Order: sequence, then structure tokens, then C-alpha cells
Amino acid sequence: MSKAQQPTKIDLSNLKSGGFIKERGKDLFTVRLRVPGGRMSVPRLKKIAEVAEKYGGEFVHLSVRQSIELININFKDFDVVVEELGEATQKVASCGARVRVPVACGGCEYNPNGLVDTQKSAQEVDEKLFGTATGHHKFKVAFAGCPFDCPKSATNDVGFQGAIYPQLDKAACISCGLCAKSCVPKAITMGEDNKPVFNAERCIWCGDCVKVCPTSAWSEKRRGYTVRIGGKWGRNPLVGTLFATFLPEERVVDFISTVLEWYKEKAEALGRIRLGDVIIKEGPQALLDHLRKQFPDNTVTATIPPQVIETQVGIRS
Amino acid sequence: MQVIDLRGVGCPTNFVKAKLALEDIAAGETAQILLDDGEPVKNVPRSLKAEGHKLLGLRQTDEGHYVLELEKVED
Repeated sequence: MSKAQQPTKIDLSNLKSGGFIKERGKDLFTVRLRVPGGRMSVPRLKKIAEVAEKYGGEFVHLSVRQSIELININFKDFDVVVEELGEATQKVASCGARVRVPVACGGCEYNPNGLVDTQKSAQEVDEKLFGTATGHHKFKVAFAGCPFDCPKSATNDVGFQGAIYPQLDKAACISCGLCAKSCVPKAITMGEDNKPVFNAERCIWCGDCVKVCPTSAWSEKRRGYTVRIGGKWGRNPLVGTLFATFLPEERVVDFISTVLEWYKEKAEALGRIRLGDVIIKEGPQALLDHLRKQFPDNTVTATIPPQVIETQVGIRS
Repeated sequence: MQVIDLRGVGCPTNFVKAKLALEDIAAGETAQILLDDGEPVKNVPRSLKAEGHKLLGLRQTDEGHYVLELEKVED
């Protein structure tokens, strides 16, 4: 007797948030798992390995945005894969015109360069905004803990970069010169009185002077995120430009929501268009004005449109 | 005063060597650490400060290397 053809049953609600991506060939899909900020607990990693071994191919793929992708999953196994991963703790990631899983560097808990808690920010954004439909196109967010910017924040729709503004207590300075020596952009030089001279225009807010100062003569005056908006990569790359400075960490979710609000409205009837191209169309001042209402202390007075990167292949209209 | 000569030693080996050398001196004592210009003088003092030691001063010698003076602080 031949095997009876049972109709395949799948809970389609699992597919709604995305994360199931069609592979080449028949029946097989990639299941993209959510790893906000690239941080994963060891027990979860073990669980994923178990499920991958049982239902997937011989390897997993680490995506460029820090997700783990299970490869060669048969679509008939969707429900059981979701169930075994424990949907509550291991939701699949998204694709499509939605707010994507935020990317982040290791942050400040163990990384000596980190100035802000990027991991906390990424978890918050993931919890509150992940999967929000934009109505237009994908929407990517990244958090870098310091201006060295390993996550390449400015290539995201909204990119955050940890920053501190230094201030000097001259009386506490012992004239060791370590700050000037450590200052790569040469914002600090030693003056004739053998005390540091600060050139604010050159400062990139990395905080190296504060970290190295033996007597805490250098300390932080302000801390927060430098925010660049309108970046993207892909076929026609744009680098995001400066819209806000020293944004307090606790206002990140509000800030992204305010940007999303503007994007949804201004991209109306423009089709599948990324935020950066909307800013180029509307002019950056329009977005600055919108942001200033909610973030008067952080929004910069003027900025430039997202910067077009010439790829030298294909003429842009 | 103990002199810890880390000239010609790259990062992060220089920092680890400094840590090992500082194990042999008593808390409250001072040491001089000789560091090359460039990455070593940018990184090692900051790392030693993060370990809890008290940095007392830094000066560049005529030969071009740096002398970092610090007081060992026991954690």
C-alpha cells in the first residue's frame, strides 16, 4: 500500500512576523532566529543547536545582522520547530517592511571602550518596536557603544553611537600629558603652562581622555547617543547624517518612534522607499523640525542630507 | 624603585607582563614602567588605571620612550 497523502497543516500565524525565508529547491526554508544585539544566553544557544541538529542541515549560518539562521528546514516542520525552540523566548526574526532586529556591539559591561549600555538599548528596542510595520520598506537600527563604531551605525536607518563630552578640572591636573597622548583626533594638546588645551571642534566624544586621566581631572559633562539618520547599504548605499547629539539612553525608543511617525507620513504614496531617500526628497530640515518638538535639547540646528556613496557601477537616476 | 622595562613589547603582552611584574611588589610601593611611543603608551596606562593602580605621572625621555610612574594598589 502506498503512503496516504495527508494534507499538510501549518499554523500560518507563525509566518506573519516573517523570518521564514524560501530557499532554492523544493520545500526548504531558512528560519532566521532573533538575536537582538547579538547576545545569546548559553542555554538558548544549546537549545538552538539541538533543534538545528534535529530539523536542519549540517550547519547554521550567522547572518551579517547577528541572527542565527537555521538552514534547510522543511516547511512541514515549521510548527514543531517553533514549538521546540520555545516561541515565548525564541521568536523568529523578521523580514519585509518592518522594524528589524537591532544590531549592537558588546556594550559597556565588559568592553573597556563602551560608553553606553548598547545591549540594554537593543533589548528595549527589540521588545517595544520589533516587527512594527513601516508601510514602506525595511527599517534598521544599530547601536555602537563608542565612536570607534564597530557596528557601522551610520549605515542604518537610525544609527546610535555612544558619546561623552569631556570637561577639565585644571586644579586636579598633574600635567602628565596622558590625555594629549591618548587623544587620536588631537582635540587635546599640552599648552605652555603644561596643562591640557581642549579644542572642542576636533573632539569626537570618545572619552579616551576621561578613561586615561590618573586624577579624574577630566570627567564627563554629558553622556548619550550621537544619532545619525537615513543610512542604508545595498544597491545604492547612503551614509546617514547627524540629527541628534547626547540623546539620553532612556529616550531611544521614543526617538525611533518619532522618526517612524515622520517616515510613515512622508513616504505615503511613494511606494517602497527607504527613510534616507525620503529625507533627500523632503530635505533634512523637515525631519529636524519634527524631531525638535520632542527633543529640543538634542536635535542639531542644521544638518546635511544622507550622503550618496558612489558605487561606480550603474547610473543612479 | 622597581623598573619594568616593556620597550619592544607589543599590546597586549606588555600589559600582561606589567601585571605579572606588579605581583612581585608590595602595595603602596611605586614602580616605573618603560613604554614605547604609539599604541603602548596609549593603552597600557589606561588598562593599569582600570586595574585600580594609581598613576602618578608620565614623561617622555630624550630617547623617545615613555616612563610611567605608578603606585601599586591592592584590590
